[in-house]
Amino acid sequence: MGSNAADKAASPASQYAVEMRHITKRFPGIIANDDVTLQLKQGEIHALLGENGAGKSTLMSVLFGMYQPEEGEIYRNGRKVSINSPNDANDLGIGMVHQHFKLVQCFTVLENIILGVETTRHGILQKDEARKKVLALSEQYGLKVDPDAVISDITVGMQQRTEILKMLYRDNDVLIFDEPTAVLTPQEIEELMQIMKNLAKEGKSILFISHKLNEIMEIADRCTVLRRGKCIGTVNVKDTNEQELSRMMVGRDVQLVAQKKDATPGDTVLSVENMTVPSRHHKIDAVKGVSFHVRAGEIVCIAGIDGNGQTELVYGLTGLEPVSSGTVTLCGQDITHASIRQRSQYLSHIPEDRQKHGLVLDYPLDYNMVLERYWQKEFTKGGFLRRAAIRSYANQLIDKFDVRSGQGAATITRSMSGGNQQKAILARELDKDHKLLVAVQPTRGLDVGAIEFIHKELIAERDKGTAVLLVSLELEEVMNVSDRILVMYEGQIVGQFDPKKTDPEELGLYMAGARRQEVKA
Amino acid sequence: MSRKSKGSNEKLVNGLRSVAASLICILAGLLIGFIVLLFIDSKGAFQAILTIIKNFFNYPSGPAALKYFGNTLVKTAPLLMCALSINFCYKVGLFNIGAAGQYVVGAGACLYGALGLGLPWYLCLLMAMLAGAIWGLIVGVLKAYFNVNEVISGIMLNWIGLYLVNILLKTVKEETSPYTKTIKSVNPSALLPTAGLPSLFTNNRYVTIAVPLSIIIAILVWVILEKTTFGYELKATGYNRDAAKYAGMNGNRNIIVTLVIGGVLAGMGAALLYLTGFEQWSVTQSSVPQMGFNGIAATFLGGLNPIGTIFASYFIQHITSGGSYLDKAIYPSQISDLISSIIIYLCGFVLFFKQVMAKRSAARSEKALLKQKDEEKEPEKGGADK
Repeated sequence: MGSNAADKAASPASQYAVEMRHITKRFPGIIANDDVTLQLKQGEIHALLGENGAGKSTLMSVLFGMYQPEEGEIYRNGRKVSINSPNDANDLGIGMVHQHFKLVQCFTVLENIILGVETTRHGILQKDEARKKVLALSEQYGLKVDPDAVISDITVGMQQRTEILKMLYRDNDVLIFDEPTAVLTPQEIEELMQIMKNLAKEGKSILFISHKLNEIMEIADRCTVLRRGKCIGTVNVKDTNEQELSRMMVGRDVQLVAQKKDATPGDTVLSVENMTVPSRHHKIDAVKGVSFHVRAGEIVCIAGIDGNGQTELVYGLTGLEPVSSGTVTLCGQDITHASIRQRSQYLSHIPEDRQKHGLVLDYPLDYNMVLERYWQKEFTKGGFLRRAAIRSYANQLIDKFDVRSGQGAATITRSMSGGNQQKAILARELDKDHKLLVAVQPTRGLDVGAIEFIHKELIAERDKGTAVLLVSLELEEVMNVSDRILVMYEGQIVGQFDPKKTDPEELGLYMAGARRQEVKA
Repeated sequence: MSRKSKGSNEKLVNGLRSVAASLICILAGLLIGFIVLLFIDSKGAFQAILTIIKNFFNYPSGPAALKYFGNTLVKTAPLLMCALSINFCYKVGLFNIGAAGQYVVGAGACLYGALGLGLPWYLCLLMAMLAGAIWGLIVGVLKAYFNVNEVISGIMLNWIGLYLVNILLKTVKEETSPYTKTIKSVNPSALLPTAGLPSLFTNNRYVTIAVPLSIIIAILVWVILEKTTFGYELKATGYNRDAAKYAGMNGNRNIIVTLVIGGVLAGMGAALLYLTGFEQWSVTQSSVPQMGFNGIAATFLGGLNPIGTIFASYFIQHITSGGSYLDKAIYPSQISDLISSIIIYLCGFVLFFKQVMAKRSAARSEKALLKQKDEEKEPEKGGADK
C-alpha cells in the first residue's frame, strides 16, 4: 500500500488525508502550477520542496482556498471537496501557518488564538474556557507560550507557536507550514522540529514547505519536489540524499558547501572599541561595550540567536542608530558619529530587512540601483537626474548579476521575487566603492541556487581584499563561509572561534549563554 | 530597445487609465447631482444641470461669456496652487490638510502688505509665500522632531491662522463693512500686473499674470518631482522613510522642506487671488475658506499628477462657478455647493476606479492567455493520443 506505484492509482484511497490531483493554476503571464499532483498520507510529514517561485506557495494557497485552480481536483479523506475560501479549508480541518504570520500585533496570544471562534455568553467574551483549552493544548504538544503576552512583545518563535496553537484550537488535523524555519533561530528550529514530530505522532498530517534540505532530511517522511510549476516527483526521504534532492529541485548539480581558499588577512579595516548601542524597545543597552576588528581579506561572522544585539550592532556600525559610547574606526577614520552618507564611501551594507531598509519598493529597479549614489556626478547634472545614465548603469548591473524581472530596469521593484530583490541589493552594494561589506542574513529566505550564488560572491569579495562582516543566524552558513567566528550573546561577544577548530555543538553552547570566554579584540 | 518601449507603453496605459477614471468620477458626480435636482424640481432639473455645466456659456453674447470665463480662471489659479501644495506633500507621504491654513495666512500677509504697509505687488506676493512657509515650517518641525501627525497640527493651525488673520486685517477694513478695503482704492501698485491679458477676456481686469503663473508653477512642480535629484530624494522618503535613511538621505530635513514648500505654494495661491482685487476678505468670517480643502479634491481628481491637476482644478472651479447661475427661486442657494461637493466627493474614488480598471484588464489578459493555451493544447493532445 505504501509503495510509490500505488500512488499513481487514481482510486480514492482514504489513506490520504489530502489528495490534490492534476492541479493547474495560471496567473497572467505564468503558469504557477502545471498539472501538479500531491498526496498527503494520514499522520505523515510531507515536505514540499522547490526553489523560490517554483509554485509551492501557490499550491498551498489553492489547498487553503485562497486561489481557485483552473484545473484539477482536491480530495479530503477520499471525498471530493471544493475549497473556495480559508473558511472552507478550516471547516475541512485544514490549517496553515503562513510565512508572514497573520497575528494582531496589539492583542495577546490568547486573544489571537480565539480570534474568529470566540465563545461568548450574552455578547460577552468568555476567555476562561479558551484559556484552559489553550493551556491543555500547549501542554500536550510542548508548545510553550504565555497566553497573556502581547504579540508585539514576544519572540518570533513564540509568535509561531501561537500560530500553531491557532490551528490546534480549531481542531485542524491537516497542518500546512509555509517555510516555518525561515525566521527562526537554530534553537527554535530544533524545538519546532520536535513539535512537528509530536504533532505527527498524535495523528496530525503535516505539509511542510521548505527549501532547506537538511530540515527535510531530518523530519520528513516523503518529499514532493516542484520545479518551475511542474511536479518533478515524490520520493521517500530515507531512500534519497541531499545531493539528489537539490538536483531534483534546481535541475543541475549544486555545490552545497562553498569552496574557498584559506584567507590571507591584510590591514585592519574596521575596528570597534567598547561600542554600546541602546535598545529601542527596552531600557537596557542592546549592545554592551563590544570590541572587535575585521581585516581586509577575511570574512568575520557574527553568530548568535536572533535578538542578542546583532541587529543593533549593525545599526551602530552603519549609522542607522546612534552609538551611546565607544568608538568605531573605519579605514583609519573615526566614524563613530559620522553620517550614513559619509560612512557609505567605504562601507557597503546588505541590510537585514531588504524591504524595510534595502529598497524603495515603489520605485523602478533602476532607481533602486542608485539609491545611495543618485547624487553623485555620474547620475546627476545640475540638480537633474541623468536618467539615461541611471538606466544604462542599472542594465549593466542587471546583466552582471542576472537580476530577473518582468520589464528589466523599468520594473517596479515591488513586483519582483524576494530572491531577485536580494540580488538587486547585492549588485548595488558590491558594485559601489567599499572597503568593508556588512552583510546581514544575506541568504535569508533564499533557495539553494541563490544561496550558492551569494556565498560565492561573498568569498570573491574577500579574495579581492574586502573586509567582510557577515551576520548570520544559520550555523551551517557560519561554519561554511566564515574565516573567523564571533558569538554574540545578550549584547556581548562571548567567544571567538576558528571555524576549522570548532563545531556547531560548541558554538551552540556559547550562543545559548552556557559558556563564555574572555575575548580580546 | 524593446525593454524601454515596453516600459513607456505601460506608462501610457497607466496615464490613460488615470484620465478615464477621472472622467468616470465627473460623469457619476453629474449624474447624482442631476438626481438630486430631479427630487427638488423634476421639470427644471435638466435645464439646471445644463446651467451648471454651461457656466459662462449661459451668457448669450460671446464677449460676455469670455469675460465670465475670465472670472472662472481667476478663481482657478488659487485653487490650482492649493492643489499643488497638497499634491507635492502627498508625493512625499505627507497629507497637507494645513494647506487651507497656509492659504489663509498667505491671504492675511498679502492683504496687510498691500493695504497696511503699502507695498508693491511683488513684495506682497513674497509676504504671502513667507507666511505660508512659516505655517508649513511649524507643521514640518512638529512632524520631524516630535512625530506629531501633520493632519492634526495642520487642522489646528488652520483655525489659529484664521483668527489671527481676522485680527490683523481688522486694521485695514472698511469702516462700515466687515470687508477689507479694496486694493484699487488704497494701493493700486499692489495689484498683480495684467500683462495685457484683460484684452483677451473682454476687458476683465481681474485676469492677471496669476493665471499663467499658476500653470507654470504646476509644470515646475512636475519637473521637480519627476526629473530632479531633489524630487527623487523626496519621493523616496515618501515611499519608504527607512530606506531613505539607509541610503543616507536626511529624512527630517526632507519632511520640513516639503512642508515649507507646500506652505509656499498655498500661501502664494492666496496672493494670486487677493492681489487681483477680485475678492475682499471678511474679517468676521468664522470658517476656514474652502479653497484649501477643494485643493484636496482637485489633486485626487487630477490623478495626483501636477499636470492633471491643472485640468482638474479648472473643472472644479468651472462647476462651482456654474452653480451660481442656478435659479435661486427654485433651488436653494446651497445647491451649487451640494452638486460640486458630490462631484468632489466622488473624486476621492479616482484611485478606486483606476484599480478596478487595472484588475479587469489583468483578468482579460489572463483569459486571452488561457484561450491561447487551449488552442495550443488541442493539436498537441491529438498528437499524444496517437
